[in-house]
Amino acid sequence: MTEPAAVPKNPKPKVAFYWCASCGGCEETVLDLDERVLDVVVAVNIVFWPVALDFKRHHVEALPDGSVLAAFVNGAVRTTEQEEMAHLLRKKAKVLVALGSCAQLGGIPGLANLSSREGILQSSYCESPSTVNPEKVFPQTLYKENGQSVSLPGLFETVRSLDQVVDVDYYLPGCPPTPKLLWDAVHVLLGSELPPKGTVLAPDRALCEECPRKDTRPEKLTLKEFKRPQDVLIDEETCMLAQGVVCLGPATRSGCEALCPQGNMPCTGCFGPTSRVRDYGAKALSAISSIIDSNDPEEIEKIVQTVPDPVGTFYRYSLPSSLLRRRKLAPAAKL
Amino acid sequence: MPEKELESPRAVQNGFEPKIVAFFCNWCTYLAADLAGTSRIKYAPNIRVIRTMCSGRVDPQFVLEAFARGADGVLIGGCHPGDCHYQEGNYKTLRRVRMLRRVLGEMGIEDERFRLEWISASEAERLKVAVNDMVEKVRALGPLRLEIKAEHFPEEVAA
Repeated sequence: MTEPAAVPKNPKPKVAFYWCASCGGCEETVLDLDERVLDVVVAVNIVFWPVALDFKRHHVEALPDGSVLAAFVNGAVRTTEQEEMAHLLRKKAKVLVALGSCAQLGGIPGLANLSSREGILQSSYCESPSTVNPEKVFPQTLYKENGQSVSLPGLFETVRSLDQVVDVDYYLPGCPPTPKLLWDAVHVLLGSELPPKGTVLAPDRALCEECPRKDTRPEKLTLKEFKRPQDVLIDEETCMLAQGVVCLGPATRSGCEALCPQGNMPCTGCFGPTSRVRDYGAKALSAISSIIDSNDPEEIEKIVQTVPDPVGTFYRYSLPSSLLRRRKLAPAAKL
Repeated sequence: MPEKELESPRAVQNGFEPKIVAFFCNWCTYLAADLAGTSRIKYAPNIRVIRTMCSGRVDPQFVLEAFARGADGVLIGGCHPGDCHYQEGNYKTLRRVRMLRRVLGEMGIEDERFRLEWISASEAERLKVAVNDMVEKVRALGPLRLEIKAEHFPEEVAA
């Protein structure tokens, strides 16, 4: 065995990662740092990372409060367990970072706010074509048999973004955030000067600014029809909106280096709003609807209908953080 | 969260009184409301008027915020097509309103709670009819009660 390493004078700062309601894409971002992840490991001590390391919740609970430099939490909050973990990590971390669209804005899981919890459970456990559940067994939070009991986290009626549950210091936008943004964020956090609380760690400009197709955008943009990417052969160099494809670049924060337009797909808005906008979807809707090329109410209505799913289009990543937050619940389901 | 508003004596007497936020264009509908006042035309006192320079200034965020903060309805008043002081602000309003209406529908907010009216500066009577009609329709629907209060979340969990 080699000699034990000398105890460093300044112990390495501790960092934690956690996932709530998310797909795992944000974890991929960490791995997509490639070899640089080794530099991160040299600089910090990862004390919690369920997707990759075997630390358990009680290890985190044993840490002194505020002893973790930064906790990166991705995913929306929709179960009691996720809420507890958010509170626990908030207590242990000096800086809590909402990583990715779901933690920042509610993300794709947040579209569940268009349904009720009952509707979702019915659909998943009874009605979906591949489900066979004649006894109508639904998940229970507590199940007892032979003196033994097992438990599951409870499911909230409404999906929330991380900052609707705990105080969040910084946001890293994106679905998922790019490795570059994460790398820059780690450097910022390790540096001596922290940005003001609440900062979104990405440029505060619209995506069009960094889009390589920017110069092909006509001065006056007007459209007779909104096209979906699958319905049209998209030219690889011309502005998406000029081609009639709904691209949310004008309303979306930059920082992704226009990955989707570079891959010949329109922006769907995962980086969320710039700092001047409260409700992303409303602003995106406003930008896109204004360019409808008609003054005739009937024709406008016809063009508006060419967006088949307005909430799914404009609020794809941000429904829980929108002003309305969710579909109004039917009176019976109300508290 | 808005402050809790004291129930007006009228509301106490008659039950539910809709609260409607009205965004009126400075050049037409706001003047129509003014004219209604000077002409002593009476209309339902349920609207809270906010003057904007143009109906096109009404950001969809304003509408959503009004609903989120407890409005039972939102009314936008602008100049007739072709009459916009800024040439085409009202057309932009029309386009946004049509799209926003679909979003509101999906969010469970009934059509009658959101209305766009073209009312010129001389049309005080038209304003009266539009406001009264909207108030009656929203009254029939009942309160919107959108607010979800964060402190209720723990109670929401499935038993």
